[in-house]
Amino acid sequence: MYDAGKIIIGLIIFLIIITFPVWYNIAMGKATYIPQLEYPVDAEQCVADSAYIRASHMDLLNTWRDKVVREGERVYHTPDGRRFEMSLSNTCMKCHNKKEEFCDRCHNYLAVDPYCWDCHIEPKELVP
Amino acid sequence: MNIVLSLLAVIILLLLAFIGVDVAGWRYFFGVIMPMATIIVFILGMVYRVIKWARSPVPFRITTTCGQQKSLPWFKASNLENPYNIWGVLGRMFLEIFFFRSLFRNTKVGLKDGPRLVYGSTKWLWLGGLVFHWSFLIVFIRHFKFFAEPVPAWVLALQNLDGFFQIGLPIIYATDIALLAALTFLFLRRVADPKLRYISLAADYFPLFLLMGIAVTGVLMRYFTKVDIIGIKEMAMGWLSLSPTVPEGISSLFFMHLFLVCCLFIYFPFSKLLHMAGIFVSPTRNLANTNRIKRHVNPWDYPVKLHTYEEYEDEFREVMKAAEMPLEKE
Repeated sequence: MYDAGKIIIGLIIFLIIITFPVWYNIAMGKATYIPQLEYPVDAEQCVADSAYIRASHMDLLNTWRDKVVREGERVYHTPDGRRFEMSLSNTCMKCHNKKEEFCDRCHNYLAVDPYCWDCHIEPKELVP
Repeated sequence: MNIVLSLLAVIILLLLAFIGVDVAGWRYFFGVIMPMATIIVFILGMVYRVIKWARSPVPFRITTTCGQQKSLPWFKASNLENPYNIWGVLGRMFLEIFFFRSLFRNTKVGLKDGPRLVYGSTKWLWLGGLVFHWSFLIVFIRHFKFFAEPVPAWVLALQNLDGFFQIGLPIIYATDIALLAALTFLFLRRVADPKLRYISLAADYFPLFLLMGIAVTGVLMRYFTKVDIIGIKEMAMGWLSLSPTVPEGISSLFFMHLFLVCCLFIYFPFSKLLHMAGIFVSPTRNLANTNRIKRHVNPWDYPVKLHTYEEYEDEFREVMKAAEMPLEKE
């Protein structure tokens, strides 16, 4: 007696599971999708250079949160002497006012689920 | 010596990826050729090894048992310890695969107060192994976010559960800590006990160091430096859709991580790591003990040529008669 039949069934199940990403992406048809961001058109300079913002915006926001909430300090001085209010809704979102076309594009692409919006009101809800 | 060799091998692999990407600039090799070759070698290797196992005959049931066999109706049979039908086998395999039930029975022998030999239960290997395997599985599934667009909700749910405590930024995953802790324990376990160190081979240390290297490079990328993960996902999706690209700006730390992962998966089907497939086809676990309930016929039995005593007597009747030997038939 041989158990090859059962083992082959198991092997096929393994192959289906291990190649699942391939089938999933074929079914979804978004395999070549790369997020494109909508940058603000009429804004001046950001609070920091784009390379830093791109990599470390979360660290900046985290520091701001701690400064404002825990230390009551509300003004951010950039190294080149500009001043900003440390506020996600009032400073960042003033220029980057489209959450869905800016924040969410990359966050959704990489399954990042930031808890900004646990406390902050999403900007679209402010628009009547 | 085994430890040094294995550690050296992993360090050489890390250096290979670092020099290959940063000095020689073989980004296409480390970013496309190597991972795609890995996928092919891993899948074909697994299929080859499992089919080789599947070709073995299973003439009898060689289940290991430690409970009452199914017998007369008034004996209480133990279907998990001594399975007599498919449900017993399924229950047993489930507990074995997901909770390492047989390892839970691990015992330790030691000398106590001089010549007294004592056996005691020891759960540390079971616990360390369980923590390692579960965290590695969760880490593996979490990486699915780099291979799927849109990312399925269940991956997001798993990752939120993993970062349940919301400590730090980026949020620390519980499995990252558990994985590193378990790997450290599994390594120290081999080193601390002289008996265990004596029987540990390079093939035991190498996968441990390889996994440690993968975990450490991964942790570095997530918590300590930043890598261009948009580019990384673009590259990973390129392998699957067979339109590979290597975006600029991915740091060599990522290529070191990726190269170690490739080495792990190429090494996988040809090493002890294949127990991932082996656990499903262990005959001592996955067979119901039906040796008495059913008749098991040996598959390579062929009709044996018989020569009965009757025929023998017919053949030698005259000679036997002459020697005055007793005969069945005159």
